[in-house]
Amino acid sequence: MNQIATPTFEWMPLAPVLAVLLAACVGVVVEALVPRAYRFVSQLGVVALGLLAALGLLIVNYFAHSSGIMAMGSISLDGPTYLMWGSLLVFGLLSMMVFAERTLNNGASAFAASAASVPGSVAEAEATAARHEHTEVFPLALFSLSGMMVFVSATDLITAFVALEVMSLPLYLLSGMARRRRLLSQEAALKYFLLGALSSAFFLFGMALMYGYAGSFDYRAIDAAVLAPTYGHGLLLVGTGLMAVGLLFKIGAVPFHNWVPDVYVGSPTPVTSFMAICTKLAAVGATARFFFVALGADRWSWQPMIAVIAVLTMIVGVVLAMSQTDIKRLLAYSSVSHAGFILVAVVGATVATANDPASSVASILFYLLAYGFATVGAFAIVTMVRNSAGEAHDIDSWSGIGRSNPVIGAVFALLMLSFAGIPLTGGFIGKWEVFASAWEGGYAWLVVVAVMASLVAAYVYLKVVVRMFFAESAEGVSVAKASLLTLVPIGVGAVATLYLGLFPGPVLDLMTASSVFLR
Amino acid sequence: MSPEYYLFLAVLLFAIGTVGVMVRRNALIAFMSVELMLNAANLAMVAFAMARGGLDGQVATFFVMVVAAAEVVVGLSIIIVIYRTRRSTSMDAASLLKL
Repeated sequence: MNQIATPTFEWMPLAPVLAVLLAACVGVVVEALVPRAYRFVSQLGVVALGLLAALGLLIVNYFAHSSGIMAMGSISLDGPTYLMWGSLLVFGLLSMMVFAERTLNNGASAFAASAASVPGSVAEAEATAARHEHTEVFPLALFSLSGMMVFVSATDLITAFVALEVMSLPLYLLSGMARRRRLLSQEAALKYFLLGALSSAFFLFGMALMYGYAGSFDYRAIDAAVLAPTYGHGLLLVGTGLMAVGLLFKIGAVPFHNWVPDVYVGSPTPVTSFMAICTKLAAVGATARFFFVALGADRWSWQPMIAVIAVLTMIVGVVLAMSQTDIKRLLAYSSVSHAGFILVAVVGATVATANDPASSVASILFYLLAYGFATVGAFAIVTMVRNSAGEAHDIDSWSGIGRSNPVIGAVFALLMLSFAGIPLTGGFIGKWEVFASAWEGGYAWLVVVAVMASLVAAYVYLKVVVRMFFAESAEGVSVAKASLLTLVPIGVGAVATLYLGLFPGPVLDLMTASSVFLR
Repeated sequence: MSPEYYLFLAVLLFAIGTVGVMVRRNALIAFMSVELMLNAANLAMVAFAMARGGLDGQVATFFVMVVAAAEVVVGLSIIIVIYRTRRSTSMDAASLLKL
């Protein structure tokens, strides 16, 4: 058993991840070789090429029906993997378009001219005057995206841990690079880093205990060990708990949500958008895979735990969102409450796995898709509402925006209604699916709590919409002219939200058809 | 060989690390405590690898070491930028975001 066999690697099926990783590496080389004046354009080209190539390869693989357990049992290419990779690539592309927006800020991006210089120092002023830019943000975001893609498909705890870190480390740096309010941004980076490192230490220790229990890091071996245990149940329980801490932290569930509002506010808004969609999608995907595939047979022990956390997350997220006066903080607490709604489906799904696992995973994926399109549009609009000091985050200063800019106002209202789960929007269908899968899983009481929470949440979003359309305009705040790089994500977000609300059938069918985790 | 003593030591180190992150207000000390937690997990994995007779746990520690090194690069750079701005690495000084 101590012989080392030559590892096998399926190049073509895993090519989408490799394309993103390769694009990130090319981006690093571009930083080193291309003159400063051409770097921005080159990086944009690399990002677009890399992500579109990855999407193309994904579609080719999908129609070639390639699936299976790949890379020595560490990556599973199955239906959910295809859907999550596709969503990650689309949302990554849309967020990175917002990264590249320079029209809003007088020809400068949302990132600091020199993130290493002290705020307010001569060095910073010189870098700003010379119009320096951190084009490194593009390779960093691509590295993070490749980590997310591996994270959602990992069927091996070592792979999952490494992917978790590859996904997180670039985000710690990105969150500290805002051009405006740099002290806030640096502080957000420090908080995110320390709490993130703490949570991954918990994940790792849980992983060690899980290894002690099962004798292997492989999800299937853990599943087998749960069915025929050799060691005590205690190791499994403590290991599950510690790993859940690490995963729920990344999802942003209560009581591990403290970082969410602070980091969302402090980070540059394009990065916030990237984190809100892609990190959540990756974390939820990996959590669902771990709990359903590795611990599916032990669901009676973790279901109550996740149910309690789902209730807490929904209630705390909604209640704290009501009292917010900052639009980014409001969206942050809204994202916490959405994590709760998604966890409702995770809880319900478990019971459904006994005979029909399709409904749960499909509903989670649909919810994430609807939430992602609404989020990408909402944060892109946040970057456009500005006063003389930059983005205007105070909700009071959003007063009357809907009357002075009917189109932007209407789109933002639509996205807010989707967050609230009003019919004819994607958010409604998402909530419906999620609640239905929990109901079928035998968690009727949880659905009742979730419906009440979403009713209260509607008040939060409608309050903003009312403020935008029926309040007196605030002084000095306007919707700035943006280039297509911001307008396209807003348009795509709005159209997709409406489409998912009006014609959910084809998408739901696709998700239900490919919603079974390969074991 | 019984892995229990190693496991107890690992749990102890992990607990010390957790308390360190929670209690100490210096970002560097908190960061060191996180590293202690990672190494506690390493010790547990090696002990289990001996007990279960596989190599997986020992191989995993190498991955963890590499990840920890990458984390140091990112973490120290963030802490140094904060230090140059504020002349302090105390986490209490960084309180603009608390509401």
